[in-house]
Amino acid sequence: MFDAISGFFLDLYEKTGLNFNIFYDEFEYDRVLAGAVTSLELMAWVICLSIVLGVIGASLQHMGSRTLKGLVEAYVQVFRNTPPMVQLLFFYFGLGSITPQVDMGGYNEPLISSFAWAVIGLSVFGAAYNVEIFRSGIESVPRSTLEASESLCLTKWQTNLHIVLPLAIRVSLPSLTANVISLAKTTSLVYVISVPEMTYVLNQIWSDSMNVPEMIFVLFLFYGIVIALIGAVFSLLERKLRIPGFGQ
Amino acid sequence: MIRDKVHARSSVLLMNVTRIRWQHVVGAAVLTVVALAATLILQSEPESPVATLVRWMPFILEGFGLNLVMSFLAMLLATLLGVPLGVAQVSRVYLVRTVAKGVTHLFRNTPWLVVLFTVMYVMPMTVDLGLTRVDISDWAKATLAFALPVMGNISEIVRGAIVSVPTGQWDSAQGLALTRRQTMTHIILPQCVKRSLPSWMNWYALLTLATPMAAILGVREAVGSAQAAMEAGGGRPDFLIPFYLFLLCLFFIYIYPIALLTKALEKKHAAS
Repeated sequence: MFDAISGFFLDLYEKTGLNFNIFYDEFEYDRVLAGAVTSLELMAWVICLSIVLGVIGASLQHMGSRTLKGLVEAYVQVFRNTPPMVQLLFFYFGLGSITPQVDMGGYNEPLISSFAWAVIGLSVFGAAYNVEIFRSGIESVPRSTLEASESLCLTKWQTNLHIVLPLAIRVSLPSLTANVISLAKTTSLVYVISVPEMTYVLNQIWSDSMNVPEMIFVLFLFYGIVIALIGAVFSLLERKLRIPGFGQ
Repeated sequence: MIRDKVHARSSVLLMNVTRIRWQHVVGAAVLTVVALAATLILQSEPESPVATLVRWMPFILEGFGLNLVMSFLAMLLATLLGVPLGVAQVSRVYLVRTVAKGVTHLFRNTPWLVVLFTVMYVMPMTVDLGLTRVDISDWAKATLAFALPVMGNISEIVRGAIVSVPTGQWDSAQGLALTRRQTMTHIILPQCVKRSLPSWMNWYALLTLATPMAAILGVREAVGSAQAAMEAGGGRPDFLIPFYLFLLCLFFIYIYPIALLTKALEKKHAAS
């Protein structure tokens, strides 16, 4: 891959001065590749974990006791109404200052790395939105449907599993897609806790090589493509899950 | 009669907002309890971190003022640019429509931080106005950077609102011999205001929550000031929790009422 494109970009630099050094300098190429992989890994972790936490939160609100409902509501409001950047700083620097350190033979390494704090912080942030999304999905299941399932002698668990869940997933999928995309974009924010993802790595490269416009172009392109792919996957999912006579 | 109705409606709205359910209080209470717990744990230090926080509080609040100024100006700019862009998205001219769609999606699909870097590094420091040279300060650039993603989203909200107005309205306006421009400004857009107000407010809240990013590029807003204050106070690690917790509370106190009001408006709109 590198050998195939390096000639073209070196030529481009010599002829036009457009310095895409990440495509002809092997060291920078590896750095960017690692950054892209970190970004994608982070997105995958955060999206999956936030959905799992969102489902748990919404189920607690659906079935839990009054106290539990109140606690979930408080969690949702706190994380929705405070800046995600300050949340990350609070997690990494604040809570990171009281988490134990592991002796790595000569130097100490925190038990939870900055990448792990990024996963925790962003998942908890994204899940606060997902709880609301899933809750409105659950609430959209008509009363008559629940009564019908009760008249078929289904237990509460069976109703939730076979009636409420399949309908709620379909109703909340469009909002979930929007939130997942917004969450994928928010991963660039982990720059503040120095996780070497795409934004951080390209920032370092343009500081070294003074090729800001070119690297910013690459950054726009990277997020454009990733967001388009995530959008495509979710709209495919939406099509696959569609059942005739329900929704549009 | 109408005034009475409006009054009754607004008082219902107010009641919805002011009627604080206990779940809502829990939200604020959790933050306060954690803050108090942190205070008690850390009180045993020779110079309590909370004392340092209180000493530097005016400085941090002054920084928060800049957050608010940036959020107001950026929202104003985003609205002024976003509404015409949204109208352009439903233009009958193919080129205008395509360009407007392209700009809208470009700014909706790019992370805030990337837009911030772009504006900060690509925009010139000074602008030559012929007679005088104007320096553009960092916070002004950051304000522009925050306005752009919101502009894209407002454009999309306006487009959605225009499309959601029943087509019968267009037909009636045509029957009254109104031009397309007159229909848009006198019939369609006034109806869009009510439809899109909750989303508009939601984006204001998101915008305000994004303003701390300016600290990354050295703007002295609340987060930047808090970090500077921690440094000045001796940079002890036990400052971190109370200072960042204070910042979280600060934003929560400002944003939460807006979120409640947005929800009340949404409910009212759904009911009517």
